[in-house]
Amino acid sequence: MRKDFLHHYGRQFGTLIGLVFLVIILWILTPHFMTISNLLNVVQQTSINAIIAVGLTFVIITAGIDLSVGSILAFSGVVLASVLNAGMPVPIAMLTGLGVGLLCGIVNGLLISYGRLPPFISTLGLMSVARGAALLYTHGRPISGFTNSFRYLATGEILHIPMPVIIMVIVYLFAHFVLTRTIFGRYTYAIGGNEEAATLSGVNVKFYKTMVYGLCGLLSGLAAIILTARLNSAQPIAGFMYELDAIAATVIGGTSLMGGEGRVTGTLIGALIMGVIRNGLNLLGVSSFVQQTVIGSVIIIAVLIDMTLKRQRI
Amino acid sequence: MENNIILKMEHIFKTFPGVVALDDVHFELRREEVHVLLGENGAGKSTLVKILSGTYQKTSGQMTIFGQEIDIHNPKQAQELGIGIIYQEFNLIPKLSVGENIFLGREQTNHFGVIDQKKILTGAQKILSDLGVDVNARHLVKDLGVAQQQIVEVAKALSLDAKILIMDEPTSALTDREITELFTTIRSLKNKGVAIIYISHRLEELFEIGDRVTVLRDGKYLGTQNICDISKPELIRMMVNRELKAQFPKQKSTIGEEILRVEHLNRSEVLKDINFSVHRGEILGIAGLLGSGRTELARAIFGIDKINSGRIIIKGKRHKIRSPRNAINLGIGFLTEDRKTQGLIMQLSLKNNISLPSVERFSSFGIINNGAEDQAAKRYVKELRIKTPDLNQKVMFLSGGNQQKVVLSKWLCSKADIFIFDEPTRGIDVASRVEIYQLMNRLTAEGVAIIMISSELSEILGMCNRILVMRQGEIISEFLAEETTQEKILQSALGVSAVA
Ligand SMILES: Nc1ncnc2c1ncn2[C@@H]1O[C@H](COP(=O)(O)OP(=O)(O)OP(=O)(O)O)[C@@H](O)[C@H]1O
Ligand SMILES: [Mg+2]
Repeated sequence: MRKDFLHHYGRQFGTLIGLVFLVIILWILTPHFMTISNLLNVVQQTSINAIIAVGLTFVIITAGIDLSVGSILAFSGVVLASVLNAGMPVPIAMLTGLGVGLLCGIVNGLLISYGRLPPFISTLGLMSVARGAALLYTHGRPISGFTNSFRYLATGEILHIPMPVIIMVIVYLFAHFVLTRTIFGRYTYAIGGNEEAATLSGVNVKFYKTMVYGLCGLLSGLAAIILTARLNSAQPIAGFMYELDAIAATVIGGTSLMGGEGRVTGTLIGALIMGVIRNGLNLLGVSSFVQQTVIGSVIIIAVLIDMTLKRQRI
Repeated sequence: MENNIILKMEHIFKTFPGVVALDDVHFELRREEVHVLLGENGAGKSTLVKILSGTYQKTSGQMTIFGQEIDIHNPKQAQELGIGIIYQEFNLIPKLSVGENIFLGREQTNHFGVIDQKKILTGAQKILSDLGVDVNARHLVKDLGVAQQQIVEVAKALSLDAKILIMDEPTSALTDREITELFTTIRSLKNKGVAIIYISHRLEELFEIGDRVTVLRDGKYLGTQNICDISKPELIRMMVNRELKAQFPKQKSTIGEEILRVEHLNRSEVLKDINFSVHRGEILGIAGLLGSGRTELARAIFGIDKINSGRIIIKGKRHKIRSPRNAINLGIGFLTEDRKTQGLIMQLSLKNNISLPSVERFSSFGIINNGAEDQAAKRYVKELRIKTPDLNQKVMFLSGGNQQKVVLSKWLCSKADIFIFDEPTRGIDVASRVEIYQLMNRLTAEGVAIIMISSELSEILGMCNRILVMRQGEIISEFLAEETTQEKILQSALGVSAVA
């Protein structure tokens, strides 16, 4: 059992040790870090990236990539906000936000599976299209001021746990279940591991790929809801460069860009690592220019360590 | 005599997580010999040669090469020592040409340091024609069949000018004609002083080409013998530790109703007016040379390649098969010839590979029932004696023959009643082969129909009821197994003289 556990979660375990290590360093460097309010703050700020990264984990397991998540978030956000401002009930507005995300994702999926575009190109294109659409839709201006019932999605708490964190936990539990226990999850791995063999085993690769990108878009829509509620404003320039953080969380979490391998547990730890570093650098008063550089380096070092360890295993 | 020994491996151990692959193994190689490594699937043959080629590091033990005690740390070092290897699984780059693949890593350059394509192509073409094969050095590897890829691997290893050449199952995908050519090459290499380590499950070959044989069982060393001093039954007993009954245990089965009929099937240049039918309880063999259209026919039936015209009638009803999913739903299973690129998902576990085509059967509402899946996998691991530490082992860590058994299990598990097996026993050891043949007997007794494509005529003659011979995309002739001989089939496949 123990051996089996390490066998399957060994990689996640390594990332977890990295996270613990980081936390200890920051604890030593800054006293404010290890307070309950700050830690809750970290998790809450991580939640949006963490939710987007779940979608990217699915996509990257199929050996694909999605660069459009940040733009989809912005577009979903502004559409959602306009529906809210038109006086529609909150659930309808939320469904619209999710729907826009899902639709954008499906467009990606269709272009990739039926249009045979490389994922990089298709999602790069959509990154620009969705961002442009968000700007056009709002004439470049943010849409602000929503009812408290909507804002509750970001500001509310259950048992002192912020709503975004609760939503994130639910998303992760669900995603973990889907990946490990369902046909959808199984096919996701199979497609990324060997698309041809999957097709020859009767997997409808085009359909499932489309669904995977759809899911990724849907989760960007969900992230849009939380972000809009938190900021009490939907900005057409929201989510800029979010794709990078989400890809980083996924890759630090051990999902292979070659496809066929990965777990959301790793992605969650990866997202937390990113969040902890951001928070720590802020607390230490490091300038945002330096932060950029540090975070980029962390991504490179994490993946380097991972690859070296993998090579040694034989 | 002593100084003729160019390689000595002593007390070699190699462990992987949960597996002892080599357990105190000895091996010694003389100049100008073909030394055969023999053992069941998973005995440790590939592991031993991979230690020599620098792919794996031994856990412990000693190696002496050309009188010098040495550890080989990586493939580059092995190459510099004069060790060339043809791996069991191909390592070609699909999008490069045959020539580029042959000289990969040792590109020929001109005076300006620019790659000299012409030199590469002519050099590669010369090696290929010395091998007596008809492969164009300009063609892309991805457009080649398995056998041709195998030949490219051979050519690549030959171009190394190795002093020790390792061949891990070089003939598993070749037909008799190419094997003969390969043997001619091996003999001439031997005369030039090259020592060859040769791994194969085809015992007849060993007696034809081998000088000495070393047998492994479960990672343990069982001994080394001169081939002329040992008989086939003795070798088998040494290898599997028991007697083996008939090599082809064909049982009479009752032929039932027609289950699949193909009428006037055409596909551009590759398939021309194909007509045939298969019945329940029947094993139908398809023989033919490389590129005769055997695999293409299977792919067309299974819905992978589009057909231009023709009809496919299954269980009395006409069907248009648009995709593999379609075909599977109609009860067809297709075991493809290349397990690495078409058969397996290497990063997935053994059990997930076995259940892949039939995972819906193990699920309700899209949720997989792990217990049922485990049980099915367990059954096939037992039935086909798949050597694995557990059901969750990733298939990339299984030995070649055991991987092949996983592909077979996957289709058996799909509960199809029309099987198309393309080279089903590729890389499978003698004992397991007999078990697989017995399994085919059981299947036909249950009313399943099997179409078997094989390059091994003895297998086709030994197991099939009827045999179709293909040549250049056409069915040239049809034989009843008991009324024909290898020569007749071969002549028909080659188109030498019309003996029908
Ligand atoms: N990288 C690996 N990780 C874990 N186990 C491995 C690995 N490579 C080989 N093994 C195990 O070591 C054993 C020996 O494997 P090996 O590939 O040497 O067998 P083999 O004699 O070449 O068999 P075959 O005839 O099927 O090719 C097998 O049980 C296999 O599962
Ligand atoms: Mg092997």
